[in-house]
Parts: sequence; structure tokens; C-alpha cells
Amino acid sequence: MPLEGDIAQRKTTFKQIGTRPIRPDGVDKVTGRARFGADASAPGMLIGKVLRSPHAHARIRKINTAKAEALAGVKAVVTRDDFKDRNDALRDVLVNCMARDKALYDGHAVAAVAATTAAIADKALKLIVVDYEVLPHVTDVDEAMKPGAPILDKTMFTNNVEPKPTKPSNVASRCEFALGDIKAGFAKADVVVERSFKTEATHQGYIEPHACLANLGPDGQGEIWVCTQGHYMIRNTCADLLGLDISKLRVTASEIGGGFGGKTTVFIEPVALALSRKSGRPVKMVMTRNEVFRATGPTSSTSMRIKVGTTRDGRITAAEADLRYQGGAFPGSPVELGAMTAFACYDLENVKAVGYDVITNRPKQAAYRAPGAPMAAFAVESVIDELAKKIRMDPVDFRLKNAAKQGTKSAYGPTFGPIGLIQTLEAIKAHPNYRAPLGPNQGRGLASGFWFNFAGQTCTTLNVNLDGTVALAVGTPDIGGSRASMCLMAAEELGIGYEQVRTIVADTSSLGYNDVTDGSRVTFASGLATIMAAREVIKKMCARAAKTWGISADAVTWEDGQAKPAGSNAGNFKPMSFKEIAAASHSTGGPLAGHHEINADGAGVSFATHLCDVEVDPETGYTRVLRYTIAQDAGKAIHPSYVEGQFQGGAAQGIGWALNEEYIYGKDGRLQNAGFLDYRIPVASDCPMIDTIIVEVANPKHPYGVRGVGETSIVPPMGAIANAVSAAIGVRMLELPMSPPRIVHALDSRLKKAAD
Amino acid sequence: MARVMLGGTLKSLAGNTPVLEVDAKTIREVLDRVGEVYPSLLPILDRVAVAVDGQIYRNQWFAAVKPDSEVFILPPMAGG
Repeated sequence: MPLEGDIAQRKTTFKQIGTRPIRPDGVDKVTGRARFGADASAPGMLIGKVLRSPHAHARIRKINTAKAEALAGVKAVVTRDDFKDRNDALRDVLVNCMARDKALYDGHAVAAVAATTAAIADKALKLIVVDYEVLPHVTDVDEAMKPGAPILDKTMFTNNVEPKPTKPSNVASRCEFALGDIKAGFAKADVVVERSFKTEATHQGYIEPHACLANLGPDGQGEIWVCTQGHYMIRNTCADLLGLDISKLRVTASEIGGGFGGKTTVFIEPVALALSRKSGRPVKMVMTRNEVFRATGPTSSTSMRIKVGTTRDGRITAAEADLRYQGGAFPGSPVELGAMTAFACYDLENVKAVGYDVITNRPKQAAYRAPGAPMAAFAVESVIDELAKKIRMDPVDFRLKNAAKQGTKSAYGPTFGPIGLIQTLEAIKAHPNYRAPLGPNQGRGLASGFWFNFAGQTCTTLNVNLDGTVALAVGTPDIGGSRASMCLMAAEELGIGYEQVRTIVADTSSLGYNDVTDGSRVTFASGLATIMAAREVIKKMCARAAKTWGISADAVTWEDGQAKPAGSNAGNFKPMSFKEIAAASHSTGGPLAGHHEINADGAGVSFATHLCDVEVDPETGYTRVLRYTIAQDAGKAIHPSYVEGQFQGGAAQGIGWALNEEYIYGKDGRLQNAGFLDYRIPVASDCPMIDTIIVEVANPKHPYGVRGVGETSIVPPMGAIANAVSAAIGVRMLELPMSPPRIVHALDSRLKKAAD
Repeated sequence: MARVMLGGTLKSLAGNTPVLEVDAKTIREVLDRVGEVYPSLLPILDRVAVAVDGQIYRNQWFAAVKPDSEVFILPPMAGG
């Protein structure tokens, strides 16, 4: 719920919030003591491995597992026959975990074995005989939309188009967001730019592969240890897929080595449970990097057309987008979010964004920070940059003239409350990097970006120990330093030291349901629940002090970590500290604890503006990022170092997405670069020092003003870098990644054009 | 009467309807009224996001809707 009752008790001055203490999980992580997904083991544990399709599209006529099952050391083999088919929203999830009638992409799971050693499991996989009928395939979004394209699902007819199609299609659905009169808007424009863009699929690139240890007994009671962004999601989904009672499955989230949205669904977990159930032994599964690339979610690849018109004095009159996103072999690409966010940075009277959700023979896409928004922002911000150049207007001023602000009707419908886009633009304009001199082959670009931020179901418990320390249990896996932020918020409320609070991520049987850590929600939602749980503890502590003093609880107030008589009429008593009340708790009523459950909303939308300088080597096409500056609205930065880290992480991932990262498919439909040697994510030497400016426009829906910060930072980088590269080489770059071969090709084309 | 607008695929599913005016005090009541008028939306209405006066809610039946509220029913939304 939004702010109600005590939540409305706003704080604007802080003692702990805004400081930068050392993260509580830091020592464990740098000494190797932290336990990640693959660090779990159990007595009698088996090793699980998956057989994956080598074909992009093939009918599975028969699977013969007899020889594998007969191999010494093999304890279980599972195939589609071990998972009950279904006809509901979870069917695609099930089919993605284990193929049924068809293998739909290179890497699709077809069978799995559990054996006493990894070597035996590998040998067993080779003994499984799969009879495939290879079918024509398609991996490119534009090709998949053409008449005559190989059809993945003959029961799929495009939704939301008139007249209703009579033939099946790879286009799952169409969506549209529109305001005003687009035709009239373009008629008012003095200058119109229309461009087509393409972006390749990129992987979230988390360093830790998917891993789990599952143990499911014959009584239907089970446990999983797993690296995930949402262990309650793992529990509920696995219980549903395997026909278990939710209460009988206990899931513990390990430390996580990166997720970025990619660990918000199940892949190997239901398979590990099925193998455990069949073998009667614990089963551990750890994906190889090859499997991570081939079978877990990258983001969508896209094809887009953007058209924007402006008056000569810089007022945008109309904006239009056609977005085509392929989401792999199943419907559900984030094209609708792309259509909603494409023009969200601008105050527009006439706007239209149309999206097409397309399926292809690729792995099912998974969320990747601000899913759907970065690709659309790349295309839109490229056109905005070109328009600013055409009307000879400073690109910041052009954006400022059209920027969304409080009261703007957003391009996706609702009216914005207090937002900070203008502040991010002004901060970038005022930064010295905006005026730094540029040399030969160097270019400067900037772009803005938007993300919604979400909150959701959250449950938190705060236990006070006898020595005055606090154990805080949250149910949201910490993927970005959130335990430090929770400690700070609890300490701020209680008036105790940061070091006195220890935050853990509780297992699913110890705390009520929590939504997945996604949508930039944790510092907002778990933070809100933590604040409320702390306020409950304060209320109880005041009551204990009142009883001790023999006065009414209403006559006690809480200040600076102490219970005090509210005034002279309440009596003259020495204040009782948090530690003193905790120490006496066994005699004043027993354990002291606070708890709060909430379905939070109001995480507060956020905006960012990124500025980038690059130098391009015209001989090789290599791009070096010289300077990078970020201004983003955080509402209120709880732990500024982690807010800056989120900003910088988004920029680093954006540098990879913009310059090098791409899924490369061969003509046979197989992924050609399923490893970090051939799929090049940025390393430290690819990144400059990234300057950050934290803008703080308070979110009125949080007691401290917090907004989500984890996703917005991935939205502007591709546009900013593309604008910088285009400026450096004098050619508008329309495809991502802008890898050296593409840049050399663009330069050669320019020379050829000049020669003609 | 709150003004209710449909966004994206929802608008198409409802036959590209313009603004709908409903008498409702909560999001749950808004969704009930919309479901009565557009049965084609029923399969999806329990998963939609609803923006009331600019504030986006997900799965929040009891959030208040005022007579002059601007309500947008938006497709299911999730982050990463």
C-alpha cells in the first residue's frame, strides 16, 4: 500500500543515512568465505547434467535412455515424460526447462541425468539417443516476421490485430500506446528525422553460472540451495511444476554472483528436484558457461523504426516508433515495456509507439535491467541527437526544452508526479566533462533514459538481542549491497550503530512471502518494511520503559536511541537506552521483535542522463571510452557508494552492449560464441573512471524519499555511446553493437559514397 | 465518476475503446466494472498494473480511487 499511518512519518534529517560504511558481506566475499550457488554439498550427493539440443528447431520423435540408465553410477535419468504437461501460464516455463514435442533452440534441454560423478554423468549423456526430425529455423526478428518464415508454433495467431489472422505467425501480439494526433503533429514539424535501427541480443553476463543443490525425499519434503534473485519464486514455481505442497519445499538463497534480471526465473531447479525425487539422493547442478549462454535468458534482439519531428526552435511536435522485439522461442519479449518507455523522457502532445512480440529459434529471453527500455532508448536518443544537430541546438538544451516534468502526461498514459529528469540534464550541462576539449577522432554524446521501478510483496522481521544488537531478516536476495542499506535504515530508526545491526536473507520457511529482487525494488520495499518493523520495536520499547517507570506508554517518547519521558508532567526518569531496554527484556515481557509485511507500491519512477566521450581508431574501428559521466535521480541515496555502484555498473554493462556484446548465430542456427572468449564483455581496461552525480528529488511515497536505482542506469548508455561514436566518425551508427568491423564498414561506406 | 483508460494490448483487447467512466472507490471495484463491460479482458485483469493519479500499483485491490481520479489500466509489468 502507499504511505499510510506511521509510514507517512517523513524524515528529512539523518544521522546514518547517506554515510558510507563498509558492507557487511565484504570480508566474506574478499576472503572466499562467502558461499555461492556452487558451494553447497550434501552427503550422498549426485551430480546432475543436461543433454541439450544441437539443433535450432527439431521435432523430437523419440528419446531412448536405456543405455544411459544401465551405466554404472547413473542413478536417475529424466526427460519430458517425468514432467506432467499442463495448459496454463507456467507451460512455457516448463517447456523451456525440458523440451516436449520439439527442441526450439540450440541448447534446449532434452534430457538430464544424475550420477555419482561428473564424468559418469557426462558419459551417460552421450549414451542417450534422441531421434530428431530437423526442421527449418529462424533466428532473426525481421526474417521471423516475413510471410513464408518457418513457423515455430502452428497454433499461434497474432493477437490484437484486425482482422483476426487466419494463418499462424511468429508474431505473438501487437501493442500500441498513443496520445494526440500523430499525423497533425508531423505536419507542424519543420524538421523530421526517420531512421531504422537494429540491436543484437546481449546476455546479462553474470559471472556466477546458475547452480543449485536439490534434495527431495519420498515423503514429498524437499530443500533447494540456489543462487537466485527470488527464492520464494523458485519455491512456488518448482512446487507447482512438480506437484508439491509449497510448505514442503524450503529454499535457501545463496550469495549471488550477479543476476541483473537473469535469475528471476527457473532453469535447472525443477530438473534437479525431479532427478532427486527419482534417485532418492541430493542432486547438485551447475551450468557451464556454454550452457548459460545457450540456454538462459539473454535480452531480446530488436529491429526498430523511429520518426521524430521538431520545429526549428526546438519543440518536438510528434514522435513515432515501431518496435519489433524477438523474445526467443516463447512469447513474452519486453516490447510492451519498450513501447511504454521509448518516449517517456519527453513531454509530447502527439506520440505513438507500436510493438510486436516475435518468437524465433533462440533461448527464451529473460529480464535484463529495465527490460525492453535500453534498446528503444538507443534508437530514440539517436534520433533526438540527430534532430538537435539539424536545428543546430545544444543537445542538452533540446532535451530540456522537451523534458518531462511534474504534471507531464507521460507517453504511456499516466501523469508524472515529482521527477528529476530536468535536474539530471542540468547537472550534466554544469559538469566540467561537458566542456572538456575533444581531439581528432573523438566524439561526444549524451542520452537520457527512464525506468518505472517497482516494489511489491515484502516481509521483514527485526529481532532485538539481549546485548542490544539487532538481527534483521529480509526475504529479498542481496544483489547490489542491499544488506548494508537495510542495516543503515534500521540503525537510523532505532538510533543505534550500523555495526549493531546484522541483516540476513532468510529462507522461505522462516519468513513470509517476498517477491523476487527485481524492478529496482529492494531498497525501497524491504527498506520500507524494515523502517516499519523498527518503528514497531520502538513502540514496544517505549511501552517497556513506561511499565518500568510506572507511567502511561503515551507519556514516553523515543529520541536518539533512548526512551524518555515525554515531558515534565510524565515524571523525572533517567532515559533508558536501546541497549538497557534490550538487556532487561527477559523481565519486562520477553523477546522484543518487530515485523512488517506489505504489498508496497510507489517505488518512484526515475530518470538518468549519461554523457560519454570516445575516441575511434579509424584504421581498426576500435573505440576507447575516454570519459563517462552519469547523473541520475535516486530520490534519497541510503548508501551513496552503492548508488554510485549501480550507476557505474549500468554504464559498464552499457559499454559492453554498445561496443562488443552480441549473440552470433551461424546459418545452422547454432550459437557461435557461447563463451567469454568470443562474447566480449567489458573488462576494467575498457572502462574509464566513471563520474557520478546523485540527484535527489525525494519520492513522496517513501519516508526517506528513496527511489529505485538499479535499472535506470542501463537505459541511456547505448544511446550516449552511439551518439559519441557517430560524432567521432561522422557516420550515424544504426546497429548495436558498434564493434570494430561495423565501424570500419561504416567508414568504408562513407569513403565509397564520397568517391561516388 | 473516475476516468479509466486502457493502455497497450488491453486497449486492443477491448476493441480500442476510448475513455470509460466508472463509479468505483477502489482499484478492485474499477477492475470489476471494467471486466463487466469488457469480458474479453477478464483473463488478464488479475495481472494488470493500475495507475491511479500517476501512481502505479500492481496487485493492489484496495488502493483508493477518487471520483475525479485518472486511472490507467496497464499491461502486466516487471523489472529485472
